[in-house]
Amino acid sequence: MATLPSKPIADDVSLLVVLIDTNPFFWSTSSSSLNFHQFVSHVLVFLDLIVRLSQLNQIVVIATGHNTCDYIYDSSLDTDQVTGEGELPALYSFVLQRLEEFVDKDEKLGAKQEGLSEKRASSLLSGSLSMALCYIQRVFRSGPLHPQPRILCLQGSPDGSEQYVSIMNAIFSAQRSMVPIDCCYVGSHNSAFLQQASYITGGVYVKPQHLEGLYQYLATVFAVDLHSRSFLQLPRPAGVDFRASCFCHKTTIDMGYVCSVCLSIFCKHHDKCSTCGSVFGKAQLDAASDRKRKASES
Amino acid sequence: MSSGQVTKRVKYKTSVKDAGTPGRLSLVKERLLFRPNNPNSASKLDMQFKYITNHRYTKEGSNKAPMLNLTSNQACRALAPPVEAPNLGASSQVPSEQPSRDDLLFRARLLQDSSELQKLHQQFVGGGVLTEAEFWATRKKLLEKDSNTKSKQRGGLKSSVLGESKPLIDGRTNRVTFNLTPEIVREIFSEKPAVHRAYLNFVPSKVTEKDFWTKYFRAEYLQRSKNIAAAIAEAAEDEELAIFLKPDDILANETRRKIRRVDPTLDMEADQGDDYSHLPDHGILRDGSKEVPEPGNELYRRTLLQDLNRHAAVVLQGTPIDEEQLKDTQTVAEALERSKQERSTASKDDDSMADQERLKGISQAMTIDDLRGSNDHHLAPLWIKDPRDYFDSQQASSFRTSMEATKGSMSSQEAYGLLRESISQIKSMGLNHPIVAPEVAQKVLSVLTHNISSTKYNLGKKPGESLLDSLPTSVRDELLHHHISIEELMKHFWSSYPITTKYLNTKVIKLKDEMSKMDSQLQKLKETVQPDIRHQITLLIRPMQQALEAAMQHYDAEQQKRASKAREKPNGYS
Repeated sequence: MATLPSKPIADDVSLLVVLIDTNPFFWSTSSSSLNFHQFVSHVLVFLDLIVRLSQLNQIVVIATGHNTCDYIYDSSLDTDQVTGEGELPALYSFVLQRLEEFVDKDEKLGAKQEGLSEKRASSLLSGSLSMALCYIQRVFRSGPLHPQPRILCLQGSPDGSEQYVSIMNAIFSAQRSMVPIDCCYVGSHNSAFLQQASYITGGVYVKPQHLEGLYQYLATVFAVDLHSRSFLQLPRPAGVDFRASCFCHKTTIDMGYVCSVCLSIFCKHHDKCSTCGSVFGKAQLDAASDRKRKASES
Repeated sequence: MSSGQVTKRVKYKTSVKDAGTPGRLSLVKERLLFRPNNPNSASKLDMQFKYITNHRYTKEGSNKAPMLNLTSNQACRALAPPVEAPNLGASSQVPSEQPSRDDLLFRARLLQDSSELQKLHQQFVGGGVLTEAEFWATRKKLLEKDSNTKSKQRGGLKSSVLGESKPLIDGRTNRVTFNLTPEIVREIFSEKPAVHRAYLNFVPSKVTEKDFWTKYFRAEYLQRSKNIAAAIAEAAEDEELAIFLKPDDILANETRRKIRRVDPTLDMEADQGDDYSHLPDHGILRDGSKEVPEPGNELYRRTLLQDLNRHAAVVLQGTPIDEEQLKDTQTVAEALERSKQERSTASKDDDSMADQERLKGISQAMTIDDLRGSNDHHLAPLWIKDPRDYFDSQQASSFRTSMEATKGSMSSQEAYGLLRESISQIKSMGLNHPIVAPEVAQKVLSVLTHNISSTKYNLGKKPGESLLDSLPTSVRDELLHHHISIEELMKHFWSSYPITTKYLNTKVIKLKDEMSKMDSQLQKLKETVQPDIRHQITLLIRPMQQALEAAMQHYDAEQQKRASKAREKPNGYS
């Protein structure tokens, strides 16, 4: 997309990378207030809104599947501008088409692993975050004139605690590049990872109470570009759930042991850190309980 | 307690039936001493440990008065602390040291200074929940602060040479007056060990102090006048004078020893403090005359360099005695002697080790690192696990963890089928028009704005303004006081676990009662406060209430455990 070279990019231009959760296991079990097709319709209208707000706005849509993630739509690519067919505007039909292809691909990849009958309910958020960040890095290196990027994560699946480290790494690199990660969480319980993401990167985390008005939430809160955020008040959550997941069992814990060398977190006492190999001394607690035993015996 | 002995107030009984004479029992290095309060009383005890054959004492936790019964070759004696020992109860686990008068005064002062502390003190110690000793036991740091200010830090020595201040020379009466202060004395003794030795040996046995110093200064005067012939003449007459004029032999020995220990590697570091060269004559009084060395008189000469080096060495070594000991010459002399003895006993062992270390140090410093082969055996190689292992193990472990989440499990085919259906539904039906019903949109907007405005007004716009400041002062003070008292209670409560003695048990029971009282107080506070701040108060109080609850739960759990354990024991011990 050719920008007018004489005019600099205006302040309120945004590059919005939207991560849509297409985990079938979540959507098949989700509550009746929001099913997948309502969700997609709200999101499509929202995307249209962003594109219409400014000629220079760009959006990129990445789908977060169960087994894979992929780019669905990039408004800056020439190949993605297609003419509309039927009643739907071009944007919508294109996105829907690509979504369908993506779901097929996801299923095929899932089928290969069908031998193991267990199912994870979480989607590959770490993958899509990484893809988003890579795209943004490319935009940064494309030249001095580029819109301000931000990431909007539309997630419903619960956190996969095995992805803790990768998600945290993605969050910290987003913080480093000053890319805010907003999150609109449509699942049932709050997501600790996404709350932390928004808190650390300076984004907004919203868990809508009235899911039938999802579009209204999106338009009011998440359509605001970065420049305007300095003089608009956006809702902030009351608290952030800062729990981490342990490195040995990948369970979410709030009390555990930390290696003083590499800061890896463990839920129970180990003799040796599995990440950096440093040997731990005897735990304080064991020594105290030994003394206790001796005292009570005497 | 500072001079290596332990003292306790006791009553001394010669037999069990005896009423006992009150007095003090002290435990010195190898003996037990008993001195009665009444000096006229005959019962004294002075027993060395080697004579004691047996000792018995009352069991902890029994109801009898605590007694210590000593048998020795000579006789059987019993000692018991007086019955009116404060706040001990049936058995004494608490160290019932009598705080010294200074301590009591200091505590009273602390209480006066801080009204918070006073309130706490009144509430707990006055209310009988904690004893004085316990209250102050957790505040040892506060009490010790004062003693630390009398601190371990000593003032350093002055860089300028004090002993070289110009004497008053009165031409008319032909008198030369030198000034002598304890600091100058210290400097002289530190720099000239021969003079120190002479002082210790001669004063007050052979010469009086005044004479000693007169002779010393006469020697100084002679030195300064550069009149070597006169110096030799006077030295021949008076042997003490000779000591002052001759070069210092103690110093010479020390220097020889030090030279042997010199590290041949250079450590060059100088800063402005070492710049004494800007003082005229380096701060030492000298005439401008040239010093021409005459043979044979070498023994009686002292050069500027010698004086300067000696002074510098002493200053760098620092002062081994306190300011307080600079009272008069005698004390200074003794103090320096004592410190020198300590140092010499310490350094004798060091010498042989020092040689070895010196050799090691030289060899280490002389090797050139670049030419050596790399031996980082003292560094552990950095090893970080391959991150791929971590991510691969995700597969294995995640299957285990996510089991609870998949309820009403659908097969994956069905799930994907649903998704596809939804997408095709949109394609065929198109989108809703309007996408959001107006009432719903209205609701959402109002919820959002309410949310934003409530956080905006309640969390404070200015960063400096805190929630506490916005509360009325009486409420705030009450809250803070509750918080501090709960903290204090918690400290004492948790430190008494595990409960091993009866004393701790009673303490814990008292604390628990106080805690339930506090809980009801907090509840009352919540109810009586104004409704518009009630929510914030509740949020502020919640952690305190949680702490109290956790403590009480722990107590109840322990009680139950105890009860069940007691039931298990066949004899029914409790």
